[in-house]
Amino acid sequence: MAIKNIAILNGRLVDPLAGTDRLADLFLSEGRIVGVGQAPAGFVAEDTLDASGLVVCPGLVDLAARLREPGFEYKATLPTEMAAAVAGGVTSIVCPPDTDPPLDEPGLVTMLRQRAKAHDLARLYPVGALTAGLKGREITEMAQLREAGCVAFSQGDVPIADLQVLYRAMQYAATFDFSLRLRPEEASLVNDGVAHDGEYASRLGLTGIPVVAETIAIAQIVQLMHATGCRVHLARLSSGEGVAMVRAAKRDGLPLTCDVDINHIHLTDVDIGYFNSQYRFDPPLRSGRDRDAIVAGLVDGTIDAICSDHSPVDDDGKLVPFAEAERGATGLELLLPLTLAWAERAGVALPQALAKVTCVPATFLGFQAGLAVGNRADLTLFDPEATWRVTPETLRSQGKNTPFLGHELKGRVRHTLVKGKRVFSA
Amino acid sequence: MYNPQLNQQGELIHLLTTEGLPRRILNQVLDRAAEFVAQGAEGNKKFNHLAGRSVFNLFFENSTRTRTTFEIAAKRLSADVINLNIQASSTAKGETLLDTIHNLEAMGADLFVVRHAQSGAAHLIAEHVQPGIAVVNAGDGRHAHPTQALLDMYTIRHYKGDFTNLRVAIVGDILHSRVARSQIHALTTLGCPEVRVIAPKTLLPTGIESLGVHVHHDMREGLKDVDVVAMLRLQNERMSGAYLPSTQEYFKHYGLTPEKLALARPDAIVMHPGPMNRGVEIDSAVADGDRAVILPQVTFGIAVRMAVMNIVAENQARR
Repeated sequence: MAIKNIAILNGRLVDPLAGTDRLADLFLSEGRIVGVGQAPAGFVAEDTLDASGLVVCPGLVDLAARLREPGFEYKATLPTEMAAAVAGGVTSIVCPPDTDPPLDEPGLVTMLRQRAKAHDLARLYPVGALTAGLKGREITEMAQLREAGCVAFSQGDVPIADLQVLYRAMQYAATFDFSLRLRPEEASLVNDGVAHDGEYASRLGLTGIPVVAETIAIAQIVQLMHATGCRVHLARLSSGEGVAMVRAAKRDGLPLTCDVDINHIHLTDVDIGYFNSQYRFDPPLRSGRDRDAIVAGLVDGTIDAICSDHSPVDDDGKLVPFAEAERGATGLELLLPLTLAWAERAGVALPQALAKVTCVPATFLGFQAGLAVGNRADLTLFDPEATWRVTPETLRSQGKNTPFLGHELKGRVRHTLVKGKRVFSA
Repeated sequence: MYNPQLNQQGELIHLLTTEGLPRRILNQVLDRAAEFVAQGAEGNKKFNHLAGRSVFNLFFENSTRTRTTFEIAAKRLSADVINLNIQASSTAKGETLLDTIHNLEAMGADLFVVRHAQSGAAHLIAEHVQPGIAVVNAGDGRHAHPTQALLDMYTIRHYKGDFTNLRVAIVGDILHSRVARSQIHALTTLGCPEVRVIAPKTLLPTGIESLGVHVHHDMREGLKDVDVVAMLRLQNERMSGAYLPSTQEYFKHYGLTPEKLALARPDAIVMHPGPMNRGVEIDSAVADGDRAVILPQVTFGIAVRMAVMNIVAENQARR
């Protein structure tokens, strides 16, 4: 029989929603938090977790993680990536539609969600394709995709070349108050670029992707938001100018939100070193100044959330010349430690830092991630002081490639609970 | 900083780029090349430094001239030379670049001469070859063409004696040029006090100044009082389109004519890595004139490639 009542004792409760950080016990029942500090009357714990020395926080919400199903099962599968998610303390996964076939039909979304349920670990939130086949020509049946469970609509990393289509898509989405997740990038300015257009790419002879490829796209999206009233979330900013434009648009009151991925918080173009393809990302890693502006944007709230941009890539995709390498890195298990590392370096308190990966992204999905009575019992318990080395063996994801291989990171997940059930313990 | 071209003793074991190579190694190559040139002048063309070794010329990108000079250089050192032209891109379905390399290793390769369209390909190979096998970069994407730069340095030293009081202008498509990048690093390392690059803005890489060069857009201004003019080849696909409107307009502004060359020092030399586009980047009167050292460059190129292969093979063998 399933365990209904769990007591988490002696933990350091960090509630990013309330902005609190204190020692207290937590009591869960039937998938919800039913008591903080003291158990409700008549509560009998069937399972007890000793959380001494551990931080107890809402489960992490990852706004971008590719699970590679359907279509790319040789890179990763739902069971492996779900296991990686909960091992990383991620309890809610938003997956982009750039699968094969793309998530452009309600049936595909239903199938994916069914399959995810069969591996009942983390919660899955699919993002529907904005256009059929992500081809940028015909908009999808957004309302039906929404009914099938899509939380937003996106082109993945495939930009829409035709602004007329984007304009109509935003009008249509605004009709139903759907949110679009767009990665701001003007494809014609990327062309065959593979690295930040700066001194380092010039030195290495790598074709550059200029910052204007991002800022021009943001400018277009902002203008179209003014024209349509559509809500937009910008995925994975890479440049300081981009952050400044979002800051200005937010000041103007536009319903604009954005995120950045864990790699761009920590790395810059010079980290590519001698053509190390682990550092091949879209958008590219930019200059130190851009990285600093991203960190500042996180601190001042311009950037709402941090995502892992989890993209499992096998060795064949990386053991090729830099420009031919597949972009992306594994990230589900690094989201927490790399967020903690940012917080430590930037001097950000734990509740504020964890907000970027818990309660803020949760609001985009329409739920509250906090530690108050009534909140979901999706919880992550981690040791903030425990260090671990990132190696292919310590990663549960099928994707073993990341620039952080060999790095010693702080923050190790000990228990993960989803819907009040323990889904991971170490 | 870790340098994949050097062993722990600081000796050259691969030649991938001129960037980050200490001056003593550049001079070592030039000095060794000078010995081969001197021997050649005495009629000694054949040496046995690489006898019993297998040199694989691995050309993933078309080249006749560079491949031929490497082949001649290896044969003069008595190596067994195997030429492979692999036109299929490694991203096409089939064997990956490293699969190809590992297969050739199994056939007993001692030295790979590699040309590839992607920047960094030679680094990737050097990183993954078995210990004891040397890699010489014969051009990777836009990144580096170190033997070309070294033969250019040899040529400059031959005609000018020293680098420390020279002004050198590199003219043309710097953006796409691996030759220019390798020349710049070699020149600055060898102590050349003023390296200029001359090009329209469309053909200059972002932040090129960070490599220690002065940027000129006006060729007349850029050529003033230079001792060396290093011309670059303009690739056909760049001659019209978004980079440049036409070869005529390019020639008018950036083609080397006798009239523009007159602005340089009277004893200035003119180099070109070949093959030349006459009437596009260079006027025939200059190309065939007495200031051009384009054919000596080719001759020196063989000696420089002999020197490079000799040195890396020697250092690999001494492991």
